[in-house]
Amino acid sequence: MNGPKTSVEVGGMGHNIKRKEDARFIRGQGKYTDDVVLPGMLHMDIVRSPYAYAKIKSINTDNAMAIPGVHAVITGEVLEGYNLHWMPTLMSDTQMVLPTDTVMYQSQEVAAVIADDRYIAADGVEAVEVEYEPMQAVVDPFKAMEADAPVLRTDKEGKTDNHIWHWETGDAEKTEEAFQAADVVVKEKVYLPRIHVASIETCGCVASFDPVEGKLTVWMTTQAPHAIRTVVALVAGHVGLSEEKIRIISPDIGGGFGGKVPVYPGYVIAIASSVVIGKPVKWVEDRSENLQADSFARDYHMDVELAASNSGKMEALRIKTVADHGYTDAAANPSKYPAGMFSICTGSYDIKNAFTEMDAYYTNKPPGGIAYRCSFRVTEAVHAIERIVDVLALKLGRDPADLRMQNFIQPEDFPYQSALGWEYDSGNYPRALKLAMEKIGYEELRREQKEKRERGELMGIGISSFTEIVGAGPSKDFDILGIKMFDSCELRIHPTGKAIARFGTKSQGQGHETTYAQILAEELGIPSSQIQIEEGDTDTAPYGLGTYASRSTPTAGAAAAKAAHKIREKARKIAAHLLEASEEDLEWEVGKFFVKGSPEQAKTIQEIAFAAYTNHPQGLEPGLEATHYYDPPNMTFPFGSYICVVDIDRKTGEIKIRRFVAIDDCGNIINPMIVEGQIHGGLTQGLAPAMYEELIYDEQGNILNGSFMDYLLPTSVETPNWETEQTITPSPHHPLGAKGVAESPTVGAPPAIANAVVDALSHLGVENIDIPITPFKVWQVFQEKGAAA
Amino acid sequence: MSKHTVTIEINGSSITREVDSRLLLVHFLREELVMTGTHIGCDTSHCGACTVLIDGRSVKSCTLFTMQANGKSLTTIEGMETEGKLHPLQEGFHQEHGLQCGFCTPGMIMRAAELLDKNPNPTEEEIRWGISGNLCRCTGYVNIIKAVQYAAEKIQKEAT
Ligand code: FES
Ligand code: FES
Repeated sequence: MNGPKTSVEVGGMGHNIKRKEDARFIRGQGKYTDDVVLPGMLHMDIVRSPYAYAKIKSINTDNAMAIPGVHAVITGEVLEGYNLHWMPTLMSDTQMVLPTDTVMYQSQEVAAVIADDRYIAADGVEAVEVEYEPMQAVVDPFKAMEADAPVLRTDKEGKTDNHIWHWETGDAEKTEEAFQAADVVVKEKVYLPRIHVASIETCGCVASFDPVEGKLTVWMTTQAPHAIRTVVALVAGHVGLSEEKIRIISPDIGGGFGGKVPVYPGYVIAIASSVVIGKPVKWVEDRSENLQADSFARDYHMDVELAASNSGKMEALRIKTVADHGYTDAAANPSKYPAGMFSICTGSYDIKNAFTEMDAYYTNKPPGGIAYRCSFRVTEAVHAIERIVDVLALKLGRDPADLRMQNFIQPEDFPYQSALGWEYDSGNYPRALKLAMEKIGYEELRREQKEKRERGELMGIGISSFTEIVGAGPSKDFDILGIKMFDSCELRIHPTGKAIARFGTKSQGQGHETTYAQILAEELGIPSSQIQIEEGDTDTAPYGLGTYASRSTPTAGAAAAKAAHKIREKARKIAAHLLEASEEDLEWEVGKFFVKGSPEQAKTIQEIAFAAYTNHPQGLEPGLEATHYYDPPNMTFPFGSYICVVDIDRKTGEIKIRRFVAIDDCGNIINPMIVEGQIHGGLTQGLAPAMYEELIYDEQGNILNGSFMDYLLPTSVETPNWETEQTITPSPHHPLGAKGVAESPTVGAPPAIANAVVDALSHLGVENIDIPITPFKVWQVFQEKGAAA
Repeated sequence: MSKHTVTIEINGSSITREVDSRLLLVHFLREELVMTGTHIGCDTSHCGACTVLIDGRSVKSCTLFTMQANGKSLTTIEGMETEGKLHPLQEGFHQEHGLQCGFCTPGMIMRAAELLDKNPNPTEEEIRWGISGNLCRCTGYVNIIKAVQYAAEKIQKEAT
């Protein structure tokens, strides 16, 4: 795309429009869930388990109930009375809302206190007496799979082990043959630890049941309000909650990153409490609860093998993974894909043979795992392939950039059929890597590294050339709990030519109010400043599956374009009527129809809109509205090449990121400023797990870093100045040629950083260091390799 | 629970209320006064989403009892726009795309306000250290730093 097609006033695609949503946020006027206050509203706080695995012998609520201002203490037994003590997870597993006899992970919800204000509710929590009988927790999935391991999910009839599922894809036999025949095979154990999205706004809701109307309204920190409505209707139908009487409102959301997709017990308890008590109930978890109990991400133990010829041609890839899902499989993957999009693991390379298999296990840790800003397990897959490619380069004595170039899927190979079954839509991988190398001065850096090495200084250069897979997804394969993963746009053009559009997605900071308006402006010529965008209210917005997995632009963005096309079809009829011309003789140019050959005979979209309500052709329906539900024909495949340069302190092991160049390709760009912002944020959420973040548990299942005291988010001091640039390879099947962007950097950055650190240490015999790569880990390497300064 | 009478000047108006001794300042603002621009992002004084100015100093309002603000002058994000004119920091965050979800933004702006007050012409390094007590999960800080630089320039220009 060469520059914007529309004027600045129209503000279509490609313009750096400043965000509309900023106006309220910079004034402190955003309306987040915790800002919702209703008359008579009560507050809920939660009693949580100090043990990872224990029998509950008794719960005594008397002292709590005696506190003035405490209205109720909700226990598993209370919920059992309504048959609401269990709920399904999005992966069709089951999860306790509140336990009746056993707790399965530390910080699990045990009871809830409903009180006049949050202080009294907290007093109530202190006063609830729970007697536990602790049991030996199973924390490690490798222990969970042992034959004599205690069976954790005794609630599941006939369950005799801790195995959840086995999943595999690819051709095992052909892959094995290729491994047998290969000149070189490299193997590596790669672990991606448990991490947490830790959006700065935690989770919560305000549930308000109106007993007269029988209507439930819930303001909720959710990325997928429509799906939640349907889930509530399905699990609480038996207590009289019917879908037309359920309204889920997802107000402003303070960051989601996947953590606000699942249904947490707190939401359900608050809803149940409001129904039972007949008053609005607010529940907002605190940060420690958020880190300790809400869905984690990752926790994949991967055995990665790559086979190649002596000349460096990659022949086969095999990955065997053990996935730790904690107490229940509460991931948020499309149903058919228990391991998400892990099968993107052949990455940017033309590898003809691949096989991957995975086994998931229950342990006594919180359930999950969600995506932490990636399209369902893509980060794990990309880390595996991008690390093993570097291991191969090391083994062959090849430059890692050169080896990548040799094995890239070439631009002319698209659409490309991957060995694990995906059809990559478009890409130009060599161009992106070349640009990254030029921008960072790759050759010069390699020279510098050589010199430094001779002087005993540690410097490393790491590359990651990743391919993402986003935009879930085509209905033939993609659903969540049976609901197909389309998304929607409902568009109304007002008589004065202004518009409102509503969507099934929900922004959590992505700026949809601005970017969706730009898409519509592009397609209709109505200035984006005159297009109102709304999302998140299930009573008004069309059905959609929400915002995660970088799906908004690929699905709802496409729906916007398609809805606009429908408007244009009707507008053509009206214009023909107004111009007394035949429809075929009219041509569209941004914002107007004109008669072919006589451009002065034209009607603007505004004139047409007015006529749609005041002077429509007889026989045509009045009004100018359209709805489109977009079912994508394929996924989109954004990609990029990142290069990171690190300097490592020989004494302390401290790693300093000197430079980080990120070349991204997300197809056509709606708003360059927003795309760049998304990339900055994504890179920082790639840096975070690469160097700082990990949820650590001891053998009893106690979390050792369950608050911001020691779960480290990068601050402004640790975060480098990201150097970004984009190439543009449009998606051939998306109506706008766009692909989605926000997650690519989170996926691509960790291996670039890990590769840089390993590259700095490779001459000491280091092949892999698992993330997060802390100074301590590097220091340990120094000790081990006798390389301490 | 013992009650105390506090009088606090908030964004220029004097407010007197009876409060519980344990009521945190952030809850006083958000729940008693329904000024919800000041946010809560943690329970350990690490995120800075709750930052306000007390007598010109940036303070994490989740870390203070309301009583401790008695007799003091408070500025919150709601007080930054004066006579329909945005504060240069508010303008800077908008112009430089220094916010995404907006949850950290009020705290960031309040922290940066003190920073610029003390150091009208900070280097990038000084801004980075200056806002390091405020976490942002969305932006990667790059544009927040630009937003603060934008405001610094604008304030200096306005002063000359
Ligand atoms: S709420 Fe996090 S520092 Fe105050
Ligand atoms: S903009 Fe979302 S936390 Fe900063």
